Amino acid sequence: MKTASVKPMQEIIRDGLWKDNPIFRQILGICSTLAVTNLVLNTFVMCTALTLVTALSCWTVSLLRSWTPRNIRMMVQTLIIAFYVIIVDVVLKAYWPDMSRSLGPYVGLIITNCIVMGRCEAFAGSNPPGPAFWDGFFNGLGYSAVLLGIAVIREGLGMGTFCGWPLPYFSTHWDKWIIMVMPPGGFFVLACVIWACRSIRPREVKK
Amino acid sequence: MNGLGAELWQAVVVCFAAVFTNNILLTTFLGMCPFTSVSREVRTAAGLGGAVVFVMTFTCLLNWMAYHWILVPLGLEFFRFILFIIIIAAFVQVVEMILDRFSPRLYQNLGIFLPLITVNCAILGASLFMVIREYSLIVTIGYGFGSGLGWLLAILAMAGIRQRFNESRVPAGLQGPGITLIIAGLMALAFIGFTGVLS
Repeated sequence: MKTASVKPMQEIIRDGLWKDNPIFRQILGICSTLAVTNLVLNTFVMCTALTLVTALSCWTVSLLRSWTPRNIRMMVQTLIIAFYVIIVDVVLKAYWPDMSRSLGPYVGLIITNCIVMGRCEAFAGSNPPGPAFWDGFFNGLGYSAVLLGIAVIREGLGMGTFCGWPLPYFSTHWDKWIIMVMPPGGFFVLACVIWACRSIRPREVKK
Repeated sequence: MNGLGAELWQAVVVCFAAVFTNNILLTTFLGMCPFTSVSREVRTAAGLGGAVVFVMTFTCLLNWMAYHWILVPLGLEFFRFILFIIIIAAFVQVVEMILDRFSPRLYQNLGIFLPLITVNCAILGASLFMVIREYSLIVTIGYGFGSGLGWLLAILAMAGIRQRFNESRVPAGLQGPGITLIIAGLMALAFIGFTGVLS
């Protein structure tokens, strides 16, 4: 029963990137990352960390799934996730202290990011390690793609730069929208992205 | 004595700042998941918000003590993520058991929300902010309480607005989370108006 229902690879990729995209389909885990989308570079680091943590914790949860008692599985999952987040945090602090400081507590908040826990619970707990790893990876990738898009819009409109490099039109003629790099801009851009994506692909008809 | 007075005053200022200018939801985007999904009704929003205020105040306090009295002397600061999350989960569990035993009605009303709080990033976020900003014990209590109150205020306002909203016609793609985020953006704009009130 366990091996008969493994999802094929293409389906894992399509669901993670588009069909069940964590951001505009499931509206999960926006908290910890939306705050850093005012700069593209910070977003990139956060998203890389999140994708790695999601993929590796899904893999580990899946490996341990037959030894984990059902009633304490949430605790076990949290500890596995926290373990990987600590590694990311320590590595970042050691090799890129500036970035670690400017991300502040948000790296640690990957632990409570609902996507990581959600994928562990929904997919990794009942699937073999290989597919679980890729499921986590592509969900992380789908999540990162949307947030990087938001970051490019916010940094471009708000400061006229991309990763700190001045953009041709936006740094000279454009009247900078400072509000874009402030918190309200984050809410507005995310709302517009969700609006656009949901209009392109309306809710499918229930079979 | 003067030192204590100054610290108390700082706690009050930090508490106010956490409610208005540094609102944990509208300026640091923490606790968004329950904010978008549990803000349809004022009653449930108030229940969840109240629980957040309570849990946040006490977990900030407990986490401060665990961090400064256990982890720092041992030099295990990087271990804080695991310790904080365990303390939060354990605290929520204990609150649940106490409520179940002594106030079954409140327990019934809050039932679903209490376990949800364990994974609310705002709770862990407040503890991490308190460590990064190096608050003292008294200031931490003010900060935890103020952050919880700020979150309660934001979700209450949102629920109030969304109740009025039920009959209006929103474009299909924008329904639900989309429009909620736009309102949150407008609220965040309004809260920017508080900037400079406290310095």
